[in-house]
Amino acid sequence: MTEIGLLQILIYLIIILLSVKPLGSYMAKVYEGDFKFLSSIERPIYRFCQIAPQQEMTWKSYLSAMLVFNLTGILAVYLIQRLQNFLPLNLQGFTAVPPELAFNTAASFVTNSNWQAYGGENTLSYLTQMMALTVQNFLSAATGMSLLIALIRGITSSESTNLGNFWVDTIRGTIYILLPLSLILAILLSSQGVIQNFKPYQKINLIEPLNYQLSITDANGQSIKDEKGNPKFENKILKEQIIPMGPVASQVAIKQLGTNGGGFFNTNSAHPFENPTPLTNFFEMIAILLIPAALCYTFGAMVKDKRQGWAILLAMLIIFIPLLLGTVISEQNGNSALPSLGINQIAYPGLSPGGNMEGKEVRFGIVASSIWATATTATSNGSVNSMLDSFTPLGGLIPLWLMHLGEVIFGGVGSGLYGMLMLVIITVFVAGLMVGRTPEYLGKKIDTYEMKMASIAVLVMPLIVLVFTALAVVLKIGTESTANPGAHGFSEILYAFTSMTNNNGSAFAGLNANTSFYNILGGIAMLIGRYWIAIPTLAIAGSLARKKVIPSNPGTLSTHTPLFIILLIGITIVLGALTFFPALALGPIVEQLMLWDQYGH
Amino acid sequence: MIEMIKQTKIAILLLLLFTLFTGLIYPVFVTGIAQLFYPWRANGSLIEQNDQLIGSILIGQAFTDPKYFWSRPSATTPYPYNSENSSGSNLGPSNLDLLKAIQQRIDNLHQYDKNNAKLIPIDLITSSGSGLDPHISPQSAFYQVSRIARERGIQEEKVKSLILQHIKSPVFGILGEFHVNVLKLNIALDDLNSS
Repeated sequence: MTEIGLLQILIYLIIILLSVKPLGSYMAKVYEGDFKFLSSIERPIYRFCQIAPQQEMTWKSYLSAMLVFNLTGILAVYLIQRLQNFLPLNLQGFTAVPPELAFNTAASFVTNSNWQAYGGENTLSYLTQMMALTVQNFLSAATGMSLLIALIRGITSSESTNLGNFWVDTIRGTIYILLPLSLILAILLSSQGVIQNFKPYQKINLIEPLNYQLSITDANGQSIKDEKGNPKFENKILKEQIIPMGPVASQVAIKQLGTNGGGFFNTNSAHPFENPTPLTNFFEMIAILLIPAALCYTFGAMVKDKRQGWAILLAMLIIFIPLLLGTVISEQNGNSALPSLGINQIAYPGLSPGGNMEGKEVRFGIVASSIWATATTATSNGSVNSMLDSFTPLGGLIPLWLMHLGEVIFGGVGSGLYGMLMLVIITVFVAGLMVGRTPEYLGKKIDTYEMKMASIAVLVMPLIVLVFTALAVVLKIGTESTANPGAHGFSEILYAFTSMTNNNGSAFAGLNANTSFYNILGGIAMLIGRYWIAIPTLAIAGSLARKKVIPSNPGTLSTHTPLFIILLIGITIVLGALTFFPALALGPIVEQLMLWDQYGH
Repeated sequence: MIEMIKQTKIAILLLLLFTLFTGLIYPVFVTGIAQLFYPWRANGSLIEQNDQLIGSILIGQAFTDPKYFWSRPSATTPYPYNSENSSGSNLGPSNLDLLKAIQQRIDNLHQYDKNNAKLIPIDLITSSGSGLDPHISPQSAFYQVSRIARERGIQEEKVKSLILQHIKSPVFGILGEFHVNVLKLNIALDDLNSS
């Protein structure tokens, strides 16, 4: 790794850490209702929607409000896609999105996964991008944060059934946090070259016309073959290039801030119009980690013990940083198959990024691509600025495994931290067993009910990922979508279901996921992955809220000490590693061993 | 049940309102600001020559003529640098198709520059993530100097100094990588010959 590369990582982490406290305490005040400067917007919204902002909800009403709101969202996104050919702002005349794809995309955006089975620039109208996708980018993120806040209220309140008001939390999260941050980021990005307009696609005249060969196909789209069985080609000359347009910056800003990640274009943030310069890349990378990291502080502030928030953030960083360095080193080492061909993969500062550049952009090089890949899978963001399918096996294993940990290393906005709190509960329980005391967390007794719910929340994801992957691997409709042979093809399928069930959305994109099989099964995986974790989380919130706060005594296990942080990291890693090691051994691990065996280190 | 009906009503109204706020007013507002203050960038950084649009400096073009700097390989279909369908190759590192494609690109470079024995920079024979990468590394530009100088009948020094003028450094010297814009470089090459 070059010194500049290391410096880049350092500056990235420092900026994130510096913003944790100011943003974190701002968000805590927003959710505690201390800020009123937007009440002139807030109050009319309550009136128009007939919301009683003072009315507190039990966990069951909070849950049903959330589910009803999300279901309405799914229907809206589905309908807009299905009807986009009748709606305005369809300048390229795209047809209606097919039903399976529309279902998958609706599930994808409402669950904050933002899995992309669609290719934006040739499938979705501007109106669909704005009024279906951008809207859910805001609302799915706000929903995640509301759930977290409800859980925190469950921990802090004593002998109560109230968890706050879902509508108020979601509205506040959107207008006080997500919308202002997105506005700033969108304006910054568009000033640097991320496009933002409502023009039709532009035609330009190429300086050098391009000669290319197009395979001749019959009416069914099958390529016609000559007598020898080789596909037939016709020569074509291309004199023009069609440059796509659209309101991109406004969508990209929230897709990064809300850990959404669904791109305006097919190649997401590798596309020069979504991410034109190293500076936009840096802004977007900060936006990926910003809110999930700061929410740890919000948690500490709201439970009136900031050390609790810092302890969790520290545990996340201790797992994140070595994995980040691992990705950079693995990618910088490059593909061991190539040096024998007379290719230079060594990095020379000022001259060449070196390393494994297949699927990466020159302006980002190895380091900025690897930071992004790690950050986007540590959080449940899932946007990409390089193609993970072409990463070295070990470089691709790390993003995959970060998701296998359950999207709790930062994770999605809100959902990451409530996922981590499930692991905290399990850790407290395990620690309680070791010393033979009733486990407590922040003054609340952890009983059988909480443990059952936390176990469900933690175990549903591996179950769905492994069963669905197994299903896809034994079915022809599952395996014929893979783009790479052998172990790497298996990795593509494992990655797809890992990403969808964890609501991440990044992909080993060679897999053709736009088939009925992957669209429907994947849509189901995303819905289960989101709500079967959200529901037990709210149940725990409701149960904790009813309990009395027990004052701590000398025998209480303190949950901010180095000892507890190490325990928490241990539980997180053991759960993720043990569950998925056999699957990983069949995919990236065996692929790396085969590469080394064939070509040397 | 009554509560569910009430909640459904709130959900629909709130979704309508937020669709208006975040799905319409927000993007239109950002568009307004962008079009007011930096319309060229917000409209795709398009450049003109003789009153004709000849490209976006952000979207690469497939230069294959030996007298131009070549862009990186592109995996878009059905032809390279198809900006209506951005795409990477998504070939895994152990995939033999990747090695075959790379070998073909190496042969192609050698075919037009037989005496060039330098090691080939990695970015010049690998396809980019978007398939639309407008840049190559400085090393990839320098690698092509001998071919271009010969094809155009100009001194190598001239081509080299042209590259040096076009190298972009990382932001603040730290973020990102050194890179050269292929379209700009080739336009400058054509200008060099015509002047």
